[in-house]
Amino acid sequence: MALDTVAIAQANPDTNQPFAELGLKGDEYARIKEILGRRPTSSELAMYSVMWSEHCSYKSSKVHLKQFGEKAVKTDALLVGIGENAGVVDVGQGYAVTFKIESHNHPSFIEPYQGAATGIGGIVRDILTMGARPIAVMDPLRFGPADAPDTRRVLPGIIAGVGGYGNCLGLPNIGGEVVFDETYIGNPLVNALCVGVMKHSDIKLAKAAGAGNLVVLYGAKTGGDGIGGVSVLASETFDATGPAKRPAVQVGDPFVEKVLIECSLEIFAEDLVVGIQDLGGAGLSCATSELASGGSGGMKVELDRVPLRDATLSPEEILMSESQERMCAIVEPKHIERFLEICKKWDVTVTVIGEVTDGERLEITWHGELIVDVPPRTVAHEGPVYNRPLAKPKYVDRVNAEVVNVPRPETAAQIKETVLKLAQPQTWQINLGLHLNMIVMFREIPFNHSQMILEWCVLTRKQIWELQSQPMPTLIGHI
Amino acid sequence: MKVGVVTFPGTLDDRDAARAATHAGTTAVSLWHNDADLKSVDAVILPGGFSYGDYLRCGAISRFAPVMEKIIDAANGGMPLLGICNGFQVLCEAHLLPGALTRNHELHFLCRDQKLEITNNQTAWTSSYKVGQEIVIPLKNGEGSFQCDDATLAALEGEGRIVARYVGENPNGSRNKIAGITNERGNVVGLMPHPEHAIDPLTGPTADGLAFFTSVLNAMVK
Repeated sequence: MALDTVAIAQANPDTNQPFAELGLKGDEYARIKEILGRRPTSSELAMYSVMWSEHCSYKSSKVHLKQFGEKAVKTDALLVGIGENAGVVDVGQGYAVTFKIESHNHPSFIEPYQGAATGIGGIVRDILTMGARPIAVMDPLRFGPADAPDTRRVLPGIIAGVGGYGNCLGLPNIGGEVVFDETYIGNPLVNALCVGVMKHSDIKLAKAAGAGNLVVLYGAKTGGDGIGGVSVLASETFDATGPAKRPAVQVGDPFVEKVLIECSLEIFAEDLVVGIQDLGGAGLSCATSELASGGSGGMKVELDRVPLRDATLSPEEILMSESQERMCAIVEPKHIERFLEICKKWDVTVTVIGEVTDGERLEITWHGELIVDVPPRTVAHEGPVYNRPLAKPKYVDRVNAEVVNVPRPETAAQIKETVLKLAQPQTWQINLGLHLNMIVMFREIPFNHSQMILEWCVLTRKQIWELQSQPMPTLIGHI
Repeated sequence: MKVGVVTFPGTLDDRDAARAATHAGTTAVSLWHNDADLKSVDAVILPGGFSYGDYLRCGAISRFAPVMEKIIDAANGGMPLLGICNGFQVLCEAHLLPGALTRNHELHFLCRDQKLEITNNQTAWTSSYKVGQEIVIPLKNGEGSFQCDDATLAALEGEGRIVARYVGENPNGSRNKIAGITNERGNVVGLMPHPEHAIDPLTGPTADGLAFFTSVLNAMVK
């Protein structure tokens, strides 16, 4: 594909663009043209499509989620609230904790191990980005029934992905939940939580302030993984009537992440950054537009300077790539030498890719040609917002009335008793439609017990089927 | 008295190892994998983690790190050297200790508080224990199954070079329930479980691991 520049876009206003294939609606595409006063270049179209996807812009859920900010009790203990990479809460003596939970559902359904692993990787980078040392992870999970074939396909990989990535970072998994229910067949929920600790003075924000400051990309090189993963994978499932889209799951490397954590903490300790953002969903499109929006708005980026794993990647693909284990920092010129030194010590690839300007536009060039020229807020924050129709499902009141309250089990004997109680025929009837709904907080429960619980799930399931004199489906093995 | 703690890229337990050394009354000194400089330390700890990612055999790359040349020379000269978990794997790869650590026999990562029996208190790292003493410290690894040929096993047993054994069920399929071994001289010890995570009741299941670090202080004061 020939390079599409701003000049070409201006000269050729009527070029057909595949906005629908990129997940944009007709009116959204029209709005982009209105914002720019011309058709977008293909790179701009890539950025808007990925940043305006449900996954990145929360265009359907934003109106509801913002209530968390509006209705929260005002308190001095909340040092950083909604809008940044993660919230920060004062815990006294000059210390603060930051934590965040995020789902990585559809990628984990497509490719269980990498989907879950990069879910952990992404949430850990969010915590790191706040300036904190990540200290622990948790993983609330939802699967289809324990004996459903798709559960057998996804569960082992998801468990191994969460465990494998976290272990390589040295982060203990301090708790989680597991629920098996028909609702989650074909749509497992994989939530990853990370908690970090820092001093108040260590808090970092995603903003590109100060004209002349440098935009620095460091961490893994950019590859072809996860291109379009955000918009293509995560968004269209709300009304998936079209053909199945090609999977585009990112692949993680926990070793690179561990080195990135230590390198970043050393950089933070010497106070070398003005602002910082990790690269996750929507990659450079997200990081550059959010950093620029967080500052005065002006930023110039030379995209051809981005180190690549695959030299054939086009600028559109580089902007959309979701290669993992990358960070973008804003660094004052006087600190850049020391910044590069620390990266060199940790063998971390680092490149100055641009600078903050005193303008209000994000300008991205490719070998000197201008390919993106946008107001960054329109990409990062001023995407479409929808008020979708609301209706309370009929079953909600019924299910709420049928909750079985059991005390939280803490010993092996109590866990066994709880599992058996939940699996009794009368409970089974009450939980009609919920094959075996069990939530156990793993905190304070030794590892071996959690394995026992999973084994008991299978056992009690067997007992249920025997009770109901139905044929026994194949069971999942040792998990 | 200075105890060096090596950080390779991918090392995870260097901070806890340094804390344990400090807690025992020694001065912890950070050693960097890429600097062939022991900073005149009196003993060295190779901590746990995934050095260089361990995408090849565990410890296979680390043994070639610039700092390892100096460590191997010093250990051959009698310097106390403790390898914990990944550190034990590095010691085997560096041929400072015999045998190898392979995947746990059930092929799962294990993380639990493990009971051990100290079976040799004549090493630089175990002199503060009594022979037969039972301790509980964390075990957390995927490749902790100690394997060696029959002749090596016979030599280790015959020469009393098994430092600690797992008590109760064999957690990972290690031959003769071996949790840790030493070299002929007793200055180099490799241990799969983690004493540095059990040095005080606040952060560990017990404080049973602290004696590894006080032992080395005693060894050097003598």
